Amino acid sequence: MTLTAALVRERVRGTILARIGDTPLIRLHRVGAGLAGELWAKLESANPGGSVKDRAGLWMVLAAEEAGALSGDRVVLDATSGNTGVALALVGAVRGHRVTLVMPDRVSLERKRIARAFAAELVLTDPLEGTDGAIREARRLAAADARYVYVDQYANAANPLAHELTTGPEIWEQSAGAVTHVVAGVGTSGTVVGISRALRPRGVRIVAVQPDDPLHGIEGWKHMATAIRPAIWDERAADVHATMGTEEAVTMMRRLAREEGIFTGPSGGAAVAAAVRVAREQPGRIVVLIADGGERYLSTPLWE
Amino acid sequence: MTVTVRLPGALRDVTGGVTKVQASGGTLAEVIADLERRHPGLRDRILDGDGRIRSHVNVYIGDEDARASGGTAARVPEGSEVMVIPAMAGGA
Repeated sequence: MTLTAALVRERVRGTILARIGDTPLIRLHRVGAGLAGELWAKLESANPGGSVKDRAGLWMVLAAEEAGALSGDRVVLDATSGNTGVALALVGAVRGHRVTLVMPDRVSLERKRIARAFAAELVLTDPLEGTDGAIREARRLAAADARYVYVDQYANAANPLAHELTTGPEIWEQSAGAVTHVVAGVGTSGTVVGISRALRPRGVRIVAVQPDDPLHGIEGWKHMATAIRPAIWDERAADVHATMGTEEAVTMMRRLAREEGIFTGPSGGAAVAAAVRVAREQPGRIVVLIADGGERYLSTPLWE
Repeated sequence: MTVTVRLPGALRDVTGGVTKVQASGGTLAEVIADLERRHPGLRDRILDGDGRIRSHVNVYIGDEDARASGGTAARVPEGSEVMVIPAMAGGA
Protein backbone atom coordinates (compact mmCIF):
# COMPACT_ATOMS: atom_id res chain seq x y z
CA MET A 1 0.00 0.00 0.00
CA THR A 2 1.32 3.47 -0.89
CA LEU A 3 1.35 5.86 2.03
CA THR A 4 -0.75 9.00 2.00
CA ALA A 5 -0.56 12.02 4.29
CA ALA A 6 -3.98 11.09 5.73
CA LEU A 7 -2.87 7.53 6.53
CA VAL A 8 0.34 8.76 8.20
CA ARG A 9 -1.66 11.22 10.32
CA GLU A 10 -4.00 8.43 11.35
CA ARG A 11 -1.16 6.10 12.37
CA VAL A 12 0.63 8.65 14.59
CA ARG A 13 -2.40 10.39 16.10
CA GLY A 14 -1.96 11.23 19.78
CA THR A 15 1.80 10.59 19.84
CA ILE A 16 4.82 12.87 19.57
CA LEU A 17 5.19 11.67 15.98
CA ALA A 18 2.09 13.72 15.10
CA ARG A 19 4.32 16.77 15.65
CA ILE A 20 6.56 15.87 12.70
CA GLY A 21 6.12 18.42 9.92
CA ASP A 22 4.27 21.75 9.82
CA THR A 23 7.56 23.44 10.61
CA PRO A 24 7.76 27.25 10.65
CA LEU A 25 8.55 29.39 7.60
CA ILE A 26 10.41 32.52 8.73
CA ARG A 27 11.46 35.63 6.76
CA LEU A 28 15.21 36.33 6.90
CA HIS A 29 15.14 40.10 7.29
CA ARG A 30 18.82 40.87 7.83
CA VAL A 31 20.61 38.14 5.88
CA GLY A 32 18.10 38.77 3.09
CA ALA A 33 18.31 42.58 3.18
CA GLY A 34 19.01 44.39 -0.10
CA LEU A 35 18.45 41.36 -2.32
CA ALA A 36 16.23 41.25 -5.39
CA GLY A 37 14.14 38.41 -3.94
CA GLU A 38 12.59 37.79 -0.52
CA LEU A 39 14.38 35.15 1.54
CA TRP A 40 12.36 32.78 3.73
CA ALA A 41 13.69 29.84 5.77
CA LYS A 42 11.84 26.65 6.62
CA LEU A 43 13.10 25.54 10.00
CA GLU A 44 13.24 21.77 10.10
CA SER A 45 14.93 21.83 13.50
CA ALA A 46 11.38 22.30 14.86
CA ASN A 47 10.66 18.62 14.26
CA PRO A 48 10.61 16.49 17.46
CA GLY A 49 13.85 14.69 16.54
CA GLY A 50 15.48 18.04 15.69
CA SER A 51 15.90 17.65 11.94
CA VAL A 52 14.27 17.28 8.52
CA LYS A 53 15.05 13.57 8.70
CA ASP A 54 12.10 12.98 11.02
CA ARG A 55 9.89 13.14 7.94
CA ALA A 56 11.73 10.45 5.97
CA GLY A 57 12.35 8.38 9.10
CA LEU A 58 8.63 8.30 9.92
CA TRP A 59 7.49 7.57 6.39
CA MET A 60 10.09 4.83 5.80
CA VAL A 61 9.16 2.99 9.01
CA LEU A 62 5.43 3.30 8.35
CA ALA A 63 5.93 2.07 4.78
CA ALA A 64 7.73 -1.00 6.16
CA GLU A 65 4.91 -1.52 8.68
CA GLU A 66 2.26 -1.27 5.97
CA ALA A 67 4.17 -3.81 3.90
CA GLY A 68 4.12 -6.20 6.87
CA ALA A 69 7.92 -6.21 7.03
CA LEU A 70 8.29 -5.24 10.69
CA SER A 71 6.63 -8.10 12.54
CA GLY A 72 8.16 -10.29 15.25
CA ASP A 73 11.89 -9.91 15.90
CA ARG A 74 12.62 -7.73 12.89
CA VAL A 75 15.05 -4.84 13.35
CA VAL A 76 15.03 -1.54 11.46
CA LEU A 77 18.49 -1.01 9.95
CA ASP A 78 20.04 1.94 8.11
CA ALA A 79 23.34 3.66 7.35
CA THR A 80 23.37 7.26 8.50
CA SER A 81 25.66 10.09 9.47
CA GLY A 82 23.31 10.89 12.29
CA ASN A 83 20.10 12.80 11.72
CA THR A 84 18.32 9.91 10.02
CA GLY A 85 19.59 7.71 12.79
CA VAL A 86 18.08 9.98 15.42
CA ALA A 87 14.82 10.06 13.44
CA LEU A 88 14.61 6.28 13.02
CA ALA A 89 15.49 5.75 16.68
CA LEU A 90 12.75 8.20 17.75
CA VAL A 91 10.16 6.58 15.47
CA GLY A 92 11.27 3.09 16.56
CA ALA A 93 10.89 4.05 20.24
CA VAL A 94 7.31 5.22 19.69
CA ARG A 95 6.26 2.45 17.29
CA GLY A 96 7.93 -0.32 19.31
CA HIS A 97 10.63 -1.42 16.86
CA ARG A 98 14.26 -2.27 17.55
CA VAL A 99 16.62 -0.06 15.53
CA THR A 100 20.24 -0.65 14.50
CA LEU A 101 22.19 2.23 12.95
CA VAL A 102 25.45 2.00 11.04
CA MET A 103 27.44 5.24 11.18
CA PRO A 104 31.02 6.31 10.68
CA ASP A 105 32.94 6.41 13.95
CA ARG A 106 33.51 9.98 15.10
CA VAL A 107 30.27 11.42 13.73
CA SER A 108 29.36 14.17 16.13
CA LEU A 109 28.95 12.88 19.66
CA GLU A 110 25.49 14.38 20.01
CA ARG A 111 24.03 12.15 17.31
CA LYS A 112 25.42 8.98 18.83
CA ARG A 113 24.18 9.88 22.30
CA ILE A 114 20.71 10.97 21.17
CA ALA A 115 20.26 7.82 19.06
CA ARG A 116 21.32 5.70 22.04
CA ALA A 117 18.96 7.64 24.29
CA PHE A 118 16.13 6.40 22.07
CA ALA A 119 17.48 2.84 22.61
CA ALA A 120 19.00 2.37 19.15
CA GLU A 121 21.96 0.04 18.75
CA LEU A 122 24.96 1.55 16.95
CA VAL A 123 27.45 -0.14 14.63
CA LEU A 124 30.43 2.16 14.04
CA THR A 125 32.44 1.94 10.81
CA ASP A 126 35.83 3.22 9.64
CA PRO A 127 35.73 7.03 9.80
CA LEU A 128 38.11 7.20 6.84
CA GLU A 129 35.39 5.82 4.57
CA GLY A 130 32.70 8.29 5.67
CA THR A 131 29.05 7.53 4.98
CA ASP A 132 29.88 5.32 2.01
CA GLY A 133 31.70 2.95 4.36
CA ALA A 134 28.60 2.85 6.56
CA ILE A 135 26.43 2.07 3.52
CA ARG A 136 28.65 -0.84 2.56
CA GLU A 137 28.52 -2.25 6.11
CA ALA A 138 24.71 -1.88 6.29
CA ARG A 139 24.41 -3.78 2.99
CA ARG A 140 26.64 -6.53 4.39
CA LEU A 141 24.62 -6.81 7.63
CA ALA A 142 21.31 -6.88 5.75
CA ALA A 143 22.55 -9.65 3.46
CA ALA A 144 23.88 -11.71 6.37
CA ASP A 145 20.91 -11.58 8.79
CA ALA A 146 17.27 -11.81 7.72
CA ARG A 147 16.06 -10.07 10.89
CA TYR A 148 17.26 -6.76 9.52
CA VAL A 149 14.86 -4.61 7.55
CA TYR A 150 17.25 -2.33 5.68
CA VAL A 151 15.16 0.77 5.07
CA ASP A 152 17.96 2.33 2.95
CA GLN A 153 17.17 6.03 2.95
CA TYR A 154 19.21 6.42 -0.25
CA ALA A 155 16.90 4.13 -2.22
CA ASN A 156 13.59 4.20 -0.32
CA ALA A 157 10.70 5.74 -2.27
CA ALA A 158 9.02 6.71 1.04
CA ASN A 159 11.84 9.25 1.60
CA PRO A 160 11.02 11.57 -1.34
CA LEU A 161 7.33 10.73 -0.94
CA ALA A 162 7.35 12.27 2.55
CA HIS A 163 8.58 15.54 1.04
CA GLU A 164 6.26 15.37 -1.94
CA LEU A 165 3.22 14.97 0.32
CA THR A 166 4.24 17.11 3.33
CA THR A 167 7.20 19.49 2.93
CA GLY A 168 6.28 20.67 -0.57
CA PRO A 169 2.58 21.30 0.14
CA GLU A 170 3.49 23.04 3.43
CA ILE A 171 5.77 25.48 1.59
CA TRP A 172 3.03 26.17 -0.95
CA GLU A 173 0.39 26.80 1.71
CA GLN A 174 2.64 28.81 4.07
CA SER A 175 3.65 31.11 1.23
CA ALA A 176 0.06 31.34 -0.05
CA GLY A 177 1.33 30.13 -3.41
CA ALA A 178 3.86 33.00 -3.68
CA VAL A 179 6.97 30.77 -3.55
CA THR A 180 9.05 31.04 -6.72
CA HIS A 181 12.22 29.09 -5.79
CA VAL A 182 13.11 26.38 -3.29
CA VAL A 183 16.75 25.92 -2.33
CA ALA A 184 17.85 22.72 -0.55
CA GLY A 185 20.96 20.60 -0.12
CA VAL A 186 21.44 17.15 -1.59
CA GLY A 187 22.38 14.20 0.61
CA THR A 188 20.09 11.28 -0.04
CA SER A 189 18.34 13.76 -2.37
CA GLY A 190 14.93 12.87 -0.90
CA THR A 191 14.18 16.47 0.04
CA VAL A 192 14.95 17.92 -3.38
CA VAL A 193 13.31 15.14 -5.38
CA GLY A 194 10.12 15.15 -3.27
CA ILE A 195 9.69 18.93 -3.11
CA SER A 196 10.36 19.08 -6.84
CA ARG A 197 7.54 16.63 -7.56
CA ALA A 198 5.16 18.70 -5.44
CA LEU A 199 6.06 22.21 -6.54
CA ARG A 200 7.57 22.13 -10.00
CA PRO A 201 4.21 21.46 -11.63
CA ARG A 202 3.14 24.73 -9.96
CA GLY A 203 5.97 26.65 -11.62
CA VAL A 204 8.42 26.71 -8.70
CA ARG A 205 12.10 26.48 -9.64
CA ILE A 206 14.21 24.02 -7.65
CA VAL A 207 17.84 24.76 -6.73
CA ALA A 208 19.84 21.73 -5.52
CA VAL A 209 23.09 22.42 -3.68
CA GLN A 210 26.05 20.09 -3.20
CA PRO A 211 29.40 20.47 -1.41
CA ASP A 212 32.14 21.80 -3.70
CA ASP A 213 34.69 19.22 -2.53
CA PRO A 214 34.58 15.50 -1.67
CA LEU A 215 36.28 16.31 1.66
CA HIS A 216 33.78 18.71 3.15
CA GLY A 217 32.18 19.62 6.46
CA ILE A 218 28.58 20.02 5.37
CA GLU A 219 27.13 17.17 7.36
CA GLY A 220 24.26 15.42 5.64
CA TRP A 221 25.25 16.52 2.14
CA LYS A 222 26.90 14.44 -0.57
CA HIS A 223 29.43 15.31 -3.25
CA MET A 224 27.60 13.29 -5.88
CA ALA A 225 30.41 13.01 -8.41
CA THR A 226 32.59 11.05 -5.98
CA ALA A 227 30.07 9.36 -3.66
CA ILE A 228 27.88 6.27 -3.94
CA ARG A 229 24.99 7.58 -6.02
CA PRO A 230 21.62 7.36 -4.21
CA ALA A 231 19.13 5.32 -6.24
CA ILE A 232 16.43 7.96 -5.63
CA TRP A 233 18.59 10.79 -7.03
CA ASP A 234 17.45 12.30 -10.29
CA GLU A 235 19.36 15.35 -11.56
CA ARG A 236 16.30 16.38 -13.55
CA ALA A 237 14.49 17.15 -10.29
CA ALA A 238 16.41 20.44 -10.07
CA ASP A 239 16.38 23.41 -12.43
CA VAL A 240 19.70 24.64 -11.10
CA HIS A 241 22.62 22.70 -9.59
CA ALA A 242 24.81 24.82 -7.29
CA THR A 243 27.83 24.07 -5.14
CA MET A 244 28.91 25.50 -1.81
CA GLY A 245 32.19 25.49 0.12
CA THR A 246 32.44 24.59 3.79
CA GLU A 247 34.06 27.88 4.84
CA GLU A 248 31.31 30.01 3.26
CA ALA A 249 28.71 27.69 4.82
CA VAL A 250 30.20 28.08 8.28
CA THR A 251 30.42 31.87 7.91
CA MET A 252 26.70 32.00 7.04
CA MET A 253 25.90 29.56 9.85
CA ARG A 254 27.38 32.07 12.32
CA ARG A 255 25.59 35.02 10.69
CA LEU A 256 22.25 33.24 11.01
CA ALA A 257 22.74 32.89 14.76
CA ARG A 258 23.92 36.48 15.30
CA GLU A 259 21.65 38.31 12.89
CA GLU A 260 18.51 36.19 12.69
CA GLY A 261 18.50 34.24 15.96
CA ILE A 262 18.55 31.01 13.99
CA PHE A 263 21.00 28.50 15.49
CA THR A 264 21.78 25.96 12.81
CA GLY A 265 24.56 23.70 11.56
CA PRO A 266 26.85 23.83 8.52
CA SER A 267 24.20 22.51 6.12
CA GLY A 268 21.76 25.25 7.18
CA GLY A 269 24.51 27.82 6.58
CA ALA A 270 25.35 26.26 3.22
CA ALA A 271 21.74 26.24 2.02
CA VAL A 272 21.13 29.85 3.06
CA ALA A 273 24.42 31.02 1.48
CA ALA A 274 23.30 29.38 -1.78
CA ALA A 275 19.82 30.93 -1.44
CA VAL A 276 21.35 34.39 -0.99
CA ARG A 277 23.08 33.96 -4.35
CA VAL A 278 19.75 33.09 -5.94
CA ALA A 279 17.91 35.98 -4.23
CA ARG A 280 20.61 38.42 -5.34
CA GLU A 281 19.67 37.74 -8.96
CA GLN A 282 16.06 36.64 -8.84
CA PRO A 283 13.03 38.58 -7.67
CA GLY A 284 10.30 36.49 -6.07
CA ARG A 285 10.01 34.47 -2.89
CA ILE A 286 12.94 32.18 -2.29
CA VAL A 287 12.37 29.47 0.32
CA VAL A 288 15.43 27.74 1.75
CA LEU A 289 15.31 24.59 3.80
CA ILE A 290 17.34 24.59 7.04
CA ALA A 291 17.76 20.94 7.90
CA ASP A 292 18.73 20.98 11.57
CA GLY A 293 19.83 23.00 14.59
CA GLY A 294 23.25 24.04 15.87
CA GLU A 295 22.96 22.12 19.14
CA ARG A 296 23.87 18.99 17.23
CA TYR A 297 27.39 20.35 16.59
CA LEU A 298 28.38 21.67 20.01
CA SER A 299 31.01 18.96 20.50
CA THR A 300 32.72 19.84 17.19
CA PRO A 301 35.23 22.68 16.69
CA LEU A 302 32.57 24.72 14.83
CA TRP A 303 31.42 26.73 17.82
CA GLU A 304 34.69 26.99 19.74
CA MET B 1 61.29 10.07 11.44
CA THR B 2 58.89 7.80 9.64
CA VAL B 3 55.20 7.67 10.41
CA THR B 4 52.18 5.98 8.88
CA VAL B 5 49.47 8.28 7.54
CA ARG B 6 45.93 7.11 6.85
CA LEU B 7 43.96 9.25 4.40
CA PRO B 8 40.21 9.37 3.74
CA GLY B 9 38.57 8.01 0.60
CA ALA B 10 37.27 11.54 -0.02
CA LEU B 11 40.82 12.60 -1.00
CA ARG B 12 41.22 9.95 -3.68
CA ASP B 13 41.24 12.60 -6.41
CA VAL B 14 44.65 13.79 -5.19
CA THR B 15 45.95 10.55 -3.66
CA GLY B 16 45.01 8.31 -6.57
CA GLY B 17 43.11 6.10 -4.14
CA VAL B 18 46.02 5.52 -1.76
CA THR B 19 44.69 5.44 1.81
CA LYS B 20 47.80 4.39 3.75
CA VAL B 21 51.24 5.92 3.17
CA GLN B 22 54.59 6.29 4.91
CA ALA B 23 55.76 9.86 5.45
CA SER B 24 58.55 11.58 7.30
CA GLY B 25 58.65 14.54 9.65
CA GLY B 26 58.91 15.38 13.31
CA THR B 27 55.92 17.68 13.41
CA LEU B 28 52.53 17.51 11.77
CA ALA B 29 53.49 20.43 9.48
CA GLU B 30 56.55 18.52 8.28
CA VAL B 31 54.54 15.35 7.69
CA ILE B 32 51.97 17.28 5.64
CA ALA B 33 54.75 18.98 3.65
CA ASP B 34 56.18 15.55 2.86
CA LEU B 35 52.76 14.32 1.73
CA GLU B 36 52.34 17.42 -0.44
CA ARG B 37 55.55 16.58 -2.32
CA ARG B 38 54.11 13.22 -3.31
CA HIS B 39 50.49 14.24 -3.71
CA PRO B 40 50.40 17.86 -4.89
CA GLY B 41 47.24 19.61 -3.74
CA LEU B 42 46.85 17.54 -0.59
CA ARG B 43 48.07 20.29 1.75
CA ASP B 44 45.35 22.74 0.71
CA ARG B 45 42.67 20.16 1.30
CA ILE B 46 43.79 19.65 4.91
CA LEU B 47 45.02 23.13 5.87
CA ASP B 48 43.52 26.57 5.24
CA GLY B 49 45.35 29.59 3.79
CA ASP B 50 46.76 30.40 7.23
CA GLY B 51 48.19 26.92 7.64
CA ARG B 52 45.61 25.84 10.22
CA ILE B 53 43.75 22.53 10.11
CA ARG B 54 40.48 23.16 8.27
CA SER B 55 37.42 23.15 10.52
CA HIS B 56 35.86 20.22 8.69
CA VAL B 57 38.95 18.04 8.90
CA ASN B 58 40.13 16.17 11.98
CA VAL B 59 43.72 15.01 12.30
CA TYR B 60 44.65 12.47 14.94
CA ILE B 61 48.19 11.60 16.01
CA GLY B 62 47.69 8.22 17.61
CA ASP B 63 44.51 8.76 19.61
CA GLU B 64 45.17 12.47 20.21
CA ASP B 65 43.33 15.19 18.30
CA ALA B 66 46.11 17.30 16.77
CA ARG B 67 44.17 20.52 17.53
CA ALA B 68 44.56 19.81 21.24
CA SER B 69 48.30 19.17 20.88
CA GLY B 70 49.44 22.32 19.08
CA GLY B 71 47.82 21.96 15.65
CA THR B 72 50.37 21.68 12.86
CA ALA B 73 53.16 22.26 15.40
CA ALA B 74 52.20 19.03 17.20
CA ARG B 75 55.05 16.54 17.62
CA VAL B 76 54.69 13.32 15.66
CA PRO B 77 56.62 10.54 17.45
CA GLU B 78 58.58 7.98 15.42
CA GLY B 79 56.36 5.07 14.35
CA SER B 80 53.11 6.79 15.23
CA GLU B 81 50.00 6.74 13.09
CA VAL B 82 48.50 9.96 11.75
CA MET B 83 44.89 9.79 10.65
CA VAL B 84 43.16 12.45 8.53
CA ILE B 85 39.37 12.12 8.56
CA PRO B 86 36.37 14.20 7.55
CA ALA B 87 35.09 15.87 10.72
CA MET B 88 31.63 15.01 9.47
CA ALA B 89 30.19 12.78 6.87
CA GLY B 90 27.01 12.98 4.90
CA GLY B 91 23.30 11.66 4.20
CA ALA B 92 19.27 15.47 3.27
